[in-house]
Amino acid sequence: MREVAVVSAGMTPFGELWRHSLRDLFVEASLEALRNARADSVDAVYVGNMSGGQFVGQEHLAPLLVDQLGFRGVAATRVESACASGGAALRAAFLDVASGMSDVVLAAGVEKMNDGADVTGVLASAADQEAEVYHGVTFPGLYAMIARAHMEQHGTTLEDLAAVSVKNHRHGALNPKAQFRQEVTLEQVMNSSLVADPLRLLHCSPVSDGAAAVLLCPLSRAKEFTDRPVRIRASGLATSSMALAERRDPAFLDAVRLSASRAYKMAGLSPSGIDVAEVHDCFSIAEICVIEALCFVEPGRGGQAARTGETALGGRLPVNPSGGLKSKGHPVGATGIAQVIEIFDQLRGAAGERQVADAAIGLTQNMGGSGASSVVHIFERV
Amino acid sequence: MAGIVGYGAFIPRNRIKTEEIARQWGKDPVAVRRGLLLEEKSVPGLDEDTITISVEAGRAALERAGIDPQRVGALYIGSESHPYAVKPSGTVVAEALGVGPEVHVADFEFACKAGTEAMFVALSLVESGRVEYALAIGADTSQGAPNDALEYSASAGGAAYLFGPRELLADVVETYSYTTDTPDFWRREGEFYPRHTGRFTGEPAYFRHVSTAARAILERAGLRPADFRYAVFHMPNGKFPLSVGAELGFTRQQLEPGWVVPTMGNTYSGSSPTGLAAALDVADPGDLVLITSFGSGAGSDAFVLRATELLLERRSRAPTVRSMLEGKRRYLTYGQYAKYREKILLNE
Amino acid sequence: MPSPRYWREIPARYRLEAARCGGCGAILYPVRRICPACRGETFSPVKLSRRGKVITSTVIHAAPTEFQMEAPYAMAVVETPEGARLMVQVADCDLEEVVPGTEVTLEFRRIRKEGKGGILCYGHKAVPVR
Ligand SMILES: [Zn+2]
Repeated sequence: MREVAVVSAGMTPFGELWRHSLRDLFVEASLEALRNARADSVDAVYVGNMSGGQFVGQEHLAPLLVDQLGFRGVAATRVESACASGGAALRAAFLDVASGMSDVVLAAGVEKMNDGADVTGVLASAADQEAEVYHGVTFPGLYAMIARAHMEQHGTTLEDLAAVSVKNHRHGALNPKAQFRQEVTLEQVMNSSLVADPLRLLHCSPVSDGAAAVLLCPLSRAKEFTDRPVRIRASGLATSSMALAERRDPAFLDAVRLSASRAYKMAGLSPSGIDVAEVHDCFSIAEICVIEALCFVEPGRGGQAARTGETALGGRLPVNPSGGLKSKGHPVGATGIAQVIEIFDQLRGAAGERQVADAAIGLTQNMGGSGASSVVHIFERV
Repeated sequence: MAGIVGYGAFIPRNRIKTEEIARQWGKDPVAVRRGLLLEEKSVPGLDEDTITISVEAGRAALERAGIDPQRVGALYIGSESHPYAVKPSGTVVAEALGVGPEVHVADFEFACKAGTEAMFVALSLVESGRVEYALAIGADTSQGAPNDALEYSASAGGAAYLFGPRELLADVVETYSYTTDTPDFWRREGEFYPRHTGRFTGEPAYFRHVSTAARAILERAGLRPADFRYAVFHMPNGKFPLSVGAELGFTRQQLEPGWVVPTMGNTYSGSSPTGLAAALDVADPGDLVLITSFGSGAGSDAFVLRATELLLERRSRAPTVRSMLEGKRRYLTYGQYAKYREKILLNE
Repeated sequence: MPSPRYWREIPARYRLEAARCGGCGAILYPVRRICPACRGETFSPVKLSRRGKVITSTVIHAAPTEFQMEAPYAMAVVETPEGARLMVQVADCDLEEVVPGTEVTLEFRRIRKEGKGGILCYGHKAVPVR
């Protein structure tokens, strides 16, 4: 396998972008990535997208989008793994370059969620239709059940949950591309309206439009595009049961653990080697469970990490310096690539006010559904 | 000799007080309550209908019978609130109960006597030997138009009777049916609420059919009211069954155990069958029980039953009617009731 | 819910038909071709008991369009005595009483309906035991 580098990035702001269509968003982010690298051609494009079909009635995105980008004819594929579609697209692009099949590959993610669709219903299609959706469950509902199990088993408190949102909003306030650039207080989170008990509105990531794109090439060619490439040291992908009910421990995300183990093994690293991480905090409880499954903290201790400042900027291991899905926004298919962009910036020392001092190794974790799919990537400053 | 080998009832847990409805329409709550002898009525949840009530009542009947559902050769559901206008309730109920596919299934409708009608046919099929076991269910989620007298009584619930050839919980001693064309109450296709003719529903309709059927069955069986331990008459409100019972010579002691209407309301096709279930819940071996239904349109079915020794043993396998009437309940405001009964106009 | 899909799922939804793996004893609900625990392919039919206890739960306030009339409603993962775990709504309850450990029975209910003119979809909901 060849060494692979990320050489440039582009991203739209995340938010309710009423004036932008799905194709506008994709082109804006991709063009920025291409221009930053001064690249005028690519060998292949991978587009992460969860549900163009349900959100805007558009399937068959890959040819449409590369054509819009002026790359008619280029090999292009849409990659879908629910909210992990972006991470999965990056992995596909990484494998394409690593295998030697392609040299310059664009990995993008895009989602246009604010266009009149029943968002709760569309997102629910990432759960098990037969076992879960039939009965009226929603994604906040599934994560609420995870939260209640975590609280029951580990004594995690409502304050612990709220602390994750407070932390990520504090980070997101520093991110010019974030959907919510304002801080929230513990009281505001704990008094926001109930969505699925115990989860409240401010425990939930928003409904967002946005796109993100990164350009990959063999590490050996990286200098053609940038003087500060970032190497992809590992890629781990794993799955678990779709239905939450089928997991012996509903408070433990085994796909996350498995994808992380695979990535740590491939990188030859232990969790303590990670300087900064972007993880999938679609709900506050998700960050708690994910950092446990990534072995950043002991099992059951995820709840304390945000409250004690361990995972805040300036803490032992900053998690979601971008503001995370919670504050930056969560255009589902774009999220996995946006996480990569934050780590790309962090490892290049380009994260501005959010910069983690001397960050050399970064990790992204992107997950689909209630944790049925998880993809972890580890990056290194070159 | 064919008879009842299992029975069961189901009553939804939501209730609305008579006073709550009366207040909504500016009526004197005390006068309404006393006039109709109604305290409260059951209300189906948004997720309950004739099918779900029938399944739960049917399960209880099968529990008490202790037979393999595959041996049930016929299944009939009497209701005037079948959830589909076209497509049987019975097919869902049969599949849920594990009955069939070798089974004869039909939905019956005859206003409030569709349940006893199903019982009559089920019994007859078992007696004829055409099927070994036959299940008859009377269930309804009745509708009464807002601000109509029916709104105080129209409620939800049902009862199921499994008829079979042996191990009887009650023998069927006699049956009788009486039917005329009497347009006292109806609902045309596509109409949401039934209509009725006020006081015409009394003497020429309810009283004439119920008392004629009851007198005839007593005569056929050679029995007098005093021979019975319990008597159940269709319960469109609290008053009518007590009046007709007294007129026929039955005492309050004979009527009250099956007189479930004050706290259940009128479950239409489920009304007299649920009253009968309440009587079987307390009957002793050898007790005679009379049930006489009434369905507008109009007709009455009457049965004379005798409780057996086995009834005592099997009774505890399923909940009693009184336990459902007196168990955990949730009281609704008129607003909640209007929502539950889908009386509020919404966007699709 | 398209009618053919609904129809295929009737045995599991109406009668709680499950399977026990001949290889490892795992209970599969709904039934599958291959055991997720041991990859076994031999099964014996099992009918789940209509009772169980809550493993975890929530109260849905922001509901999908088809369930908006019922919101807020409780949902739970319920484990039956056979060891099967089901995602179900919890009906006829005080929303606060549905917590891990709550004993429930499973009752036949209408789960959803396809608008005013579509099919009615049935299945089971949990009801707390008292
Ligand atoms: Zn197995």
